[in-house]
Amino acid sequence: MSCVRLRLFAILAAIALLSSVSGPANAAEDLRPLVDKLGLGDFEETARAVDSLAATGDARAAPLLEALANGDLNIRKSDGRVVIAIRDGADYKLADPLDGAALGVVPAGGLDRIRINNSLRRNIRAAIGALTLRSPDPSVRRGAAEAVFKSRDAGAIEILDAAIAAEQDSGVRRVMEQARAATILAGNAPESDKLAAIDVLAARGDRDALALLNNVEINSQGALKDAAATASAKLTDTLAIWGMVQNVWYGLSLGSVLLLAAIGLAVTFGVMGVINMAHGEMVMLGAYTAFVVQSVVREFTPELYDLSLVIALPLAFLFAGGVGVLIERSIIRWLYGRPLETLLATWGLSLVLQQAVRTVFGATNQEVSAPSWMAGAFAIGQIQITWGRLWIVILATMVFVALVVVLRKTSFGLQMRAVTQNRSMASSMGIRTPWVDAMTFGLGSGIAGIAGVALSQIDNVSPNLGQSYIIDSFMVVVFGGVGNLWGTLVGALTLGIVNKLLEPYAGAVFAKVFVLVFIILFIQKRPRGLLALRGRVAEA
Amino acid sequence: MISGRLVRGLEGRVYIALAALAVVAVLLPVLNLALPEDSAFHVSSYAVTLAGKYLCYALLALSVDLVWGYCGILSLGHGAFFALGGYAMGMYLMRQIGARGVYGNPDLPDFMVFLNWKELPWYWYGFDQLWFACLMVVMVPGMLAFVFGWFAFRSRVTGVYLSIITQALTFALLLSFFRNDFGFGGNNGLTDFKDILGFNIQTDETRSGLFVASAMAMALGLIVASFVVRSKLGKVLVALRDAESRTRFLGYRVERYKLFVWTLSACMAGVAGGLYVPQVGIINPGEFAPANSIEVVIWVAVGGRGLLVGSVVGAILVNFAKTWFTGALPEFWLFALGGLFIAVTLFMPRGVLGLVPSLRGKIRPLRLPGIGKGTSSTVESPAKAGE
Repeated sequence: MSCVRLRLFAILAAIALLSSVSGPANAAEDLRPLVDKLGLGDFEETARAVDSLAATGDARAAPLLEALANGDLNIRKSDGRVVIAIRDGADYKLADPLDGAALGVVPAGGLDRIRINNSLRRNIRAAIGALTLRSPDPSVRRGAAEAVFKSRDAGAIEILDAAIAAEQDSGVRRVMEQARAATILAGNAPESDKLAAIDVLAARGDRDALALLNNVEINSQGALKDAAATASAKLTDTLAIWGMVQNVWYGLSLGSVLLLAAIGLAVTFGVMGVINMAHGEMVMLGAYTAFVVQSVVREFTPELYDLSLVIALPLAFLFAGGVGVLIERSIIRWLYGRPLETLLATWGLSLVLQQAVRTVFGATNQEVSAPSWMAGAFAIGQIQITWGRLWIVILATMVFVALVVVLRKTSFGLQMRAVTQNRSMASSMGIRTPWVDAMTFGLGSGIAGIAGVALSQIDNVSPNLGQSYIIDSFMVVVFGGVGNLWGTLVGALTLGIVNKLLEPYAGAVFAKVFVLVFIILFIQKRPRGLLALRGRVAEA
Repeated sequence: MISGRLVRGLEGRVYIALAALAVVAVLLPVLNLALPEDSAFHVSSYAVTLAGKYLCYALLALSVDLVWGYCGILSLGHGAFFALGGYAMGMYLMRQIGARGVYGNPDLPDFMVFLNWKELPWYWYGFDQLWFACLMVVMVPGMLAFVFGWFAFRSRVTGVYLSIITQALTFALLLSFFRNDFGFGGNNGLTDFKDILGFNIQTDETRSGLFVASAMAMALGLIVASFVVRSKLGKVLVALRDAESRTRFLGYRVERYKLFVWTLSACMAGVAGGLYVPQVGIINPGEFAPANSIEVVIWVAVGGRGLLVGSVVGAILVNFAKTWFTGALPEFWLFALGGLFIAVTLFMPRGVLGLVPSLRGKIRPLRLPGIGKGTSSTVESPAKAGE
């Protein structure tokens, strides 16, 4: 007997434990009587129910109040139960206001909407604000404070004051203070409060704050107007600088993309003098390598999924580089010294490669998804920096540095430079010039493959991927100065930044057109590019 | 010396080509219009228009051959001149639609009504007259080429650099013409043409007429080109193609010769475009795509560079193959075209017509015409190749 009772107790305890784990169901039951009061009668009664819901401090009540404010909260006529009703054709789909459980469908006649008026709406909004401002989750609190900042609901001031006093997280508190300041400026607070609020907003320093300050400047007189005017003028200047910085960042980011795409070309075109119109297709092959690697990883070792792009980098280098060596041995070596013919042959090759990829993978875009460490963004001051772009900048820098090191510090680099500068002399010294040619071309193509992995993150992986970069890449190399890696770096960043700085004034397309025209004119002035090689090498 | 023989050899080729053109120009329209449709010798209107298209391409190829084959300028942007000529003609055809457009606005083309424009932009003035449009077909590409060439040749931009900035030129135009606010119909370009000089553009008679006009333009282009090439000026051109610096040191103002041929060639390309548009019934920014311009170069290379007639033969051959492939084996057209690029540059540097004399056993000395500055006599260093 006692044994049975003990077992029963254990089962009950387990149920209690379970239901406390799935807490909301439990809390829902506590809130249920309050919820039912919402639909009892007149506005005053509803207002009291809203207040008591707010007083529970239970965040679960917030969506419910949201529904009330939106007019989605109804009473089912059949049993008087409070439900959320969403229109579905002629009928309404019902859901429980607390746990969201579906409660079937009723025709429009089976429901009584819980009506609200303006004063009640204010109450509800304040209650929602209070509920979310005191939420245990800091991000919810921050979101609520931002919401108050936008709504500037005068009723929220007291709630904010209480929340600010209780707030532990300094970042969230700052947002709350800003929300309070915005609310004060929008309302009828005394001037001293408003002046203090202007300072808080000026310290916030973003476009929203500027809009508020401008508003104050227009709608007030005397010291307040002056203070707002000064603050807004200062803020405008700061924001203009931030805007510039943001554009420069976009430019840097675009410049890194250009650098990645062009740096392989800087090797094949710049160092070897081979016009490789199939360079873009090497980039495309790299992107498809990333796609294949990601698919394989997803299939066989999902736990490495986040690293799939890292795995793809060396593979793309090897694959594109291998293809490059093949091309050099089979086509390009017959065409040395005939740049225009090389151009045509490699263009033909690019068509073949595109069609080959289209035949194998289809013409549609393939998706290479971003690993988790490349997703998201963070802010520095007033500029937004996405991780994906930052990684591309880092990768571009690493590739550039690695290439400079290879050229300057390794024996292969030495041989490469020797062959570039004086082929017959290098050959006489025992350097296998055909081998160096093949390897150099492979190096340039391999770097293009790496670029392809990066570009798979910001562009569509399609057979035409390469074509959209080939012209840009040539512009970068020619602008920077052929045969000079630093020229390519400077060229890529300059073109990227100029393009992005022009965009706000000219629009994306015409900014690009201007850049192209600028390059055409620049080549007239300096036919050998920005940082041209000088001396005997250049004259040869 | 070699070029001297080349020039003498040319005469015959040009005469043959002109005779062939005359025959085709008479025969095709007659077979199309005079014979009943069920006759075995009837030529469909589709074929007539297709032939007209090929002739426009051939004229474009001829214009590229004039600068590439005789002047050593590899233009990767001749499609821009072609498309500009096409747009000039398209604007005239657009104005001819009048009030018959979808919106029925007598003053504005449909796309402007659609964009809510109130009046005709100034650069559309005059395009309701054919003579003005024809003038622009020649003048606009000519002016652009003149300005571009003036800058480029004076600062001695040569070889690959020139090729790349011609490509930048056509790419910039491509981007601009895609814009709606540029005033040329944006993405969709100009289309839905109704008539030309009052003749319905769809009828067989008009199509035959346009075909004959293309043949005449082609003939005129050949005559002008061969005249230029055979003149003293043509000899200077070949000289500067093979040794630009030497020609300059001999006292010739190289850039002026280049500028003249370059501009002439752009005008020819413009005429080709102007005749092309009424026959295909549309002109859109896609014609500016750099890939199109590069394709023209391969027509010339296939036919045989520096032979004038070669480019005509090449353009017709390649486009015929394209029509056939895209109908029969669409998957393989790019393989075929790409393979053609590679094979021609590696194995047939003188093109199809280059094979003819060697078949007769008269193998010319294997000196390729004008490969930039570097001649193939010495061991080449790749570093040189960038020039």
